[in-house]
Amino acid sequence: MNAEVRPIKTAAESALAASFGAAKAALPGAGSVAALREEAFGRFERHGLPSRRVEDWKYTDLRAAMRDALPLAGAPDALARARVKQAGALLAELEARRIVFVDGAFVAELSDLADLEPGLAVGSMAAALATGDPLIAAHLGKVAPSEDVAIALNTAFMGDGAVIRVAAGAALARPIHLVFGNSGLRPAAIFPRSLIVVEQGARAMVVESHEGPAECADQVNAAVELAVGDEAHFDHVKLTGAGAGALHLWTLMANVGARARFNAFLFTTGGAVVRNQLFVRFAGEDTVAGIRGATLLKGSQHADVTLFADHAAPACTSREMFKSVLDDSGRSIFQGKIIVRRGAQKTDARMATHALLLTDTAEADNKPELEIYADDVQCGHGATAGSLDQDLLFYLKARGIPDKEAETLLIQAFVGEAVDGIEHAGLRDALMDHVAGWLQARA
Amino acid sequence: MSLLEIKNLHVEVDGKKILNGLDLTVEKGSVHAIMGPNGSGKSTLAHVLAGKPNYTVTQGQVLFEGEDVLALKPHERAAKGIFLAFQYPMEIPGVATFNFLKAALNAQRKYRGEPELPTPEFLKRVREVAGKLGIEPDMLRRPVNMGFSGGEKKRNEIMQMALLAPRLCVLDETDSGLDIDALKIVAEGVNHLRSPERGFIVITHYQRLLNYIVPDVVHVLARGRIVRTGGKEIALELEAEGYAQYQEDAA
Repeated sequence: MNAEVRPIKTAAESALAASFGAAKAALPGAGSVAALREEAFGRFERHGLPSRRVEDWKYTDLRAAMRDALPLAGAPDALARARVKQAGALLAELEARRIVFVDGAFVAELSDLADLEPGLAVGSMAAALATGDPLIAAHLGKVAPSEDVAIALNTAFMGDGAVIRVAAGAALARPIHLVFGNSGLRPAAIFPRSLIVVEQGARAMVVESHEGPAECADQVNAAVELAVGDEAHFDHVKLTGAGAGALHLWTLMANVGARARFNAFLFTTGGAVVRNQLFVRFAGEDTVAGIRGATLLKGSQHADVTLFADHAAPACTSREMFKSVLDDSGRSIFQGKIIVRRGAQKTDARMATHALLLTDTAEADNKPELEIYADDVQCGHGATAGSLDQDLLFYLKARGIPDKEAETLLIQAFVGEAVDGIEHAGLRDALMDHVAGWLQARA
Repeated sequence: MSLLEIKNLHVEVDGKKILNGLDLTVEKGSVHAIMGPNGSGKSTLAHVLAGKPNYTVTQGQVLFEGEDVLALKPHERAAKGIFLAFQYPMEIPGVATFNFLKAALNAQRKYRGEPELPTPEFLKRVREVAGKLGIEPDMLRRPVNMGFSGGEKKRNEIMQMALLAPRLCVLDETDSGLDIDALKIVAEGVNHLRSPERGFIVITHYQRLLNYIVPDVVHVLARGRIVRTGGKEIALELEAEGYAQYQEDAA
C-alpha cells in the first residue's frame, strides 16, 4: 500500500475548505503570498485533520478535537477591543512594549509604538502581507519549513500578527509583549501569524501572551517564524492563559544561527485543548539554547507540548526541561525529539520532562526521543511522573507547616526549577506569582 | 504536670508490631537518653511522637503537657512544641532554607495565635542561631539540605530547633554519620538550648554522644519497650558490654 486512503472529509474539513474558498480573495497578500496560501491549503487537503493514528498527533487527536470549523473572526469592534483592555495585566510590571491584537487583528491604538529603540521595527503582519514587505518575501514560510498540518492551515488562513525586525547589533532595553486577546464575543477561528527576525549580534526578548474570557470557545491556530542571527541573543516566552481557546494550537518555527544564545519558554495554565509546537533548528555552531516550559492544568484541561530540536550544526548545547502539574483530570503530553544530524559533532543536548500528578485521575504522557547520526556527542533524556514525595511533605509538616501549605511549597519548588531557566528576573517573579495564585485557587 | 507522658504505647508499622507497651515520662528541664540495639523501636518512637503517617497506634496514650497529641496532625504537634531532629534530614530541591525557616516559624506562630515575625526580626534571629552553629549565610540561601554534608545537615537540624524553640526536643540518632568535631558542634548547640522549661529525648545507639550531651536519665529500649532505666552509668556499661544481654533476652 503506497497510496494513503483518505476517508471522506469530516464536517470540519469540509467547513475549512468552504471557508478557504470564500475567504481567500479577501485574505491579505496577493501574488506569491496567495500562492503560498494555495500551496499550504493543498498540503492540508492531502493530509486532512490528523487523528490519533498519525503518530505525531497520537495524544492530541485533532480530528476528534475539531468537530467543526468556526467562521473566521471579523475585524474587532469597539466592544471586542474594550474586552481585551486588561489582557496581559500579569506582566504589567515588566514595563514591556505592548503590541495588542484583538481576535487576531492588530490594534494600533492599544499598542505602544512610540519611541522605538534604534534598530527596532514593529508592524502588522496583515499590512506587511498586503504591501509586499521585503522582509516577508525574504522569510515568510522559509525560516524553518515543515510539513506539519497545523502550520499548513495557519499559512492558508493567516490573518494578522506581528512583524518584528531587530537590526544587527541592536540591543532592546525593553521586552516586547505581544498581547493576543480573544474577545470571546462569538466563537471564531483565529489564525495569527508572526515573523521575528533578530539579526546578527542583536539582543531582544519577546513575550507572547494569549488569553480571553474563561468561557472563550475560539479555535486559535497561531504560528511564529523566528530567525535568530549569528551571535544574537534572543528570548521568547509564550503564555497560554485562561480563555486562550477551546482549541489552541501554536507553533514556533525557529532557525538559530551560530554562536547565538536562544531561550524559549512555554507557560501554560489556560485553554481547553492546547497544543504548543516548537520546531527549533540549530543551523550554526557553538550556540547555547534553553527550551523549557511549565504547565499547570486542572478540570479536564489537555495540554500538549511537541518539541523538535534539530541539531544540524556542530558544538551546540541545548537544554530542554518541561514540567507539568496536574490537578483533577488534567492531562499533559510531552513529545520531545532531539535529532543530531550527521556532522553535528560535539552536540551536547539534554532533555528532561517531569510530571507531578496531584490526583489519581490526572494523566501525563511523556515521549522523549533521541535520533543521533553523529558519533561524538553527549545526549540524554529523562522522564518522570509521580505524586508529591510523602517523606518531604512529612519533613515540612514536622516543622509546623500545615498540609496544604506544605504541598504548595513543594509544587512551587517543582515548577520553579523550570521557571528559573528564564533569564529575566521580573518575568520569573511574575510567573511564580501566577503559580502561587493558581495553587491558592486549588480547593 | 509532666512535659511528656507516654502510657502503654503499642505501635504497628505495615502490620508489624514495633512498640509493645512503652511507658516513658519526661519532666521539664530533663534530658532523657534512649539507647537500644538496632530494630528495638527507637526511631519508631521518634516518628510516632512527630506524627508520621503509616505508624498505627493500636493502644496507649501520648500526653504532651497533659494533652493527648495522637489525634493531632504533625504540624499541630510542631506548633505545640514537639520537635523532631531527623536522623536523615530531607533534601528539598527548590525551597531556599530561608524561605523554609520563615514558613515554618510563621506557620507555628499563626497556629498559636501570635503575629507573624517581621522579616528584619526574623533575619536577625536566623543569623544569630546560624552563627552559633557555624552555618554560613550562603547555606541559608541554598535549597534546604541540598548538597550539604552529613554534618551540615545535622547542624541545620539543630539550627531549626534553636529557631523554633520547642518545648520537647526529640533527637533521633543525631550523632550518626558525624565526625568528632561535628559531634561537638552539634552537642554544644543542644546544650545551649537546655533550660528548665524544655525537655529532651536523645536517641542514640552509642554512648559517645552522651559524653557531650550529658543525660539525667538513661533508658534501654529493647523489643519495643523500656527494659531498664537508670543514670548515665548505664551508657558506660552498654559501651563496655554491648547490647548482647538485651538481645539474648529476646531469644
